[in-house]
Amino acid sequence: MNAPADRPKKPAKPAVSLEKAQKARRKFLHSVGLTGGIICLSLLGYVPVVNARHTRLRPPGALNESDFLSSCIKCGQCVQVCPVQAIKLGEIDDGFGLGVPHIDSRQQACDFSCDAVQCILACPTGALTYDKPAFLDVREGAKLAAAPILKAKAKDAESTLNLKERTGLARLVRPEACLAVQGKGFKGQARGNGFTGKMRFMEVDRWKPIPLRDHPYDLDLCDLCVRECPIGNAIELRPIKDATGVARMTPVVLEPCVGCGVCEMVCPVEPTAIAIDAQALWKA
Amino acid sequence: MSRFIDLFKGMLGAAPEKPEKVSEKVQQIMFLKYEDKDRYIKEKLHARDHHVISHKWRNRRWAVLLVVNLLFVVSFWLDIQILEGALTASRFVGFHLIDLNSALQVILAHKHLIVNLVIGTFTVFLLWVLLGGRSFCSWVCPYHLLAEWAEALHLKLVARKIVTDHEFHRGTRTVFWLLFSLLAIVTGYTVFETLSPTGILSRALIYGPGLSLGWIALLLLFEIFYSRRAWCRYICPIGLTYGAVGALSPTRVSYHVEHCFHEGDCRKVCLVPHVLDVTIKGRASDETMGLGPDCTRCGLCIDVCPTGALRYEVKGLSKLL
Repeated sequence: MNAPADRPKKPAKPAVSLEKAQKARRKFLHSVGLTGGIICLSLLGYVPVVNARHTRLRPPGALNESDFLSSCIKCGQCVQVCPVQAIKLGEIDDGFGLGVPHIDSRQQACDFSCDAVQCILACPTGALTYDKPAFLDVREGAKLAAAPILKAKAKDAESTLNLKERTGLARLVRPEACLAVQGKGFKGQARGNGFTGKMRFMEVDRWKPIPLRDHPYDLDLCDLCVRECPIGNAIELRPIKDATGVARMTPVVLEPCVGCGVCEMVCPVEPTAIAIDAQALWKA
Repeated sequence: MSRFIDLFKGMLGAAPEKPEKVSEKVQQIMFLKYEDKDRYIKEKLHARDHHVISHKWRNRRWAVLLVVNLLFVVSFWLDIQILEGALTASRFVGFHLIDLNSALQVILAHKHLIVNLVIGTFTVFLLWVLLGGRSFCSWVCPYHLLAEWAEALHLKLVARKIVTDHEFHRGTRTVFWLLFSLLAIVTGYTVFETLSPTGILSRALIYGPGLSLGWIALLLLFEIFYSRRAWCRYICPIGLTYGAVGALSPTRVSYHVEHCFHEGDCRKVCLVPHVLDVTIKGRASDETMGLGPDCTRCGLCIDVCPTGALRYEVKGLSKLL
């Protein structure tokens, strides 16, 4: 099929012969081998998917996971516009998620300090979107009951975020470790001096996020997750009835939670008492 | 037209064939060239003696490649917002640009079109129709540059008989193009993007290096020790996509048989030597011939040609100038 000097118009020329034919055959088999090898390698991308190695927290406005992976063009424009650099791109151990954005909220959460969800605006393919096209499925429990109120804009004419679905849900994963549950206060830098995460504090600077370590606290009862939650009515502290008489509270996550991860970032206990379940759905 | 179809088939993997008909003018040129053997040899040696070895086009191309990729990097790092994104998709001063092969993969996997994608793809499509399709490969793709350096190493090792080049069938790339398209449709994932060194390198430059560079290293080792330029020659579907886009491009390398001594230096440096088949004695059918869609317009053959038989040409424009 590819003997280079083969001339089909002179079929009666057997001189091209054994050696060349063998060479061509070998080349053909090598080519088949190369094809098989590369395709197998590319399908290794399935391994993390099948093992569900990472359930990643996606940026706001992300389509459902499989649609998200197929529609993301892996350009990182969302990474570039994020004012707190919350968005990171997947590595090769993410399989088909290589180059796909996600948020590790313990390291740096999305605090919506861009106000307008810039990453959605930046996305060229609609993998992050304000409005899902009609043919894509909206999962029960992902759809938000109402447009989430951004506390920072609570006094503005338009106080809500243009978000229709949540990307995850906060959950008190270690209630026994929660300072509020223990009735303890908190004093100092929420995550210590070595922590580099940033956040926007309205009372410090409306437009510029600052390092969390530059904003120490002194609280009689720790309420950081509730205090710093950027979304209105997404989490609250409720008292725990107790015979000892100590004032104890527990954070309770409410339906407006969008799964941004600020509570996980600011939680001062190690490891965190509250965390985001990525892609989790609200169950009433 | 039939020449166009032959060239396109050549890009898909068919072996080049001898022309059925050689124009009278070319027959005359060839006759005059070989009429006096002594004179021919003298002229040839004369041309060789006066050939100033130059890397003009290679250097220009490397400069362009580095500037384009650095523009991505500094746009992010210095926040100057000229060229935001990566090679797969970006914005040039706010205007959407989307890589054609990545767009194709996304469309096949996601099975849905969105407006930005169409706008961005269309601009890039026009750009590469004008600039010559596969010029993307040699003038922009960062893997191409690394592969060129790996190739230099490979050729040194070959010269010392430490390694030999293992050729694959060029049609393999066409098979890959079809398989990766099929995989995107069937799996719903952009499977090729997990391997694409173009995307991986572009992102590594802009967003910082990661584990995936290990894959790039493996590819380069494969090319150094086993098969010369294997990824670009036999695998990369991006090359085929851009090749098809640039098939009718006015920007091309043209071959002028009159000045050629048929020595084949050009074919030795070429990434896709089958496009230079016309430079073999008796293969040119016209005085001036374009090299075909698989040519990456890299200019290595132009640099190496001692007689100026190969030149850049912009159809229509060259006549005006």
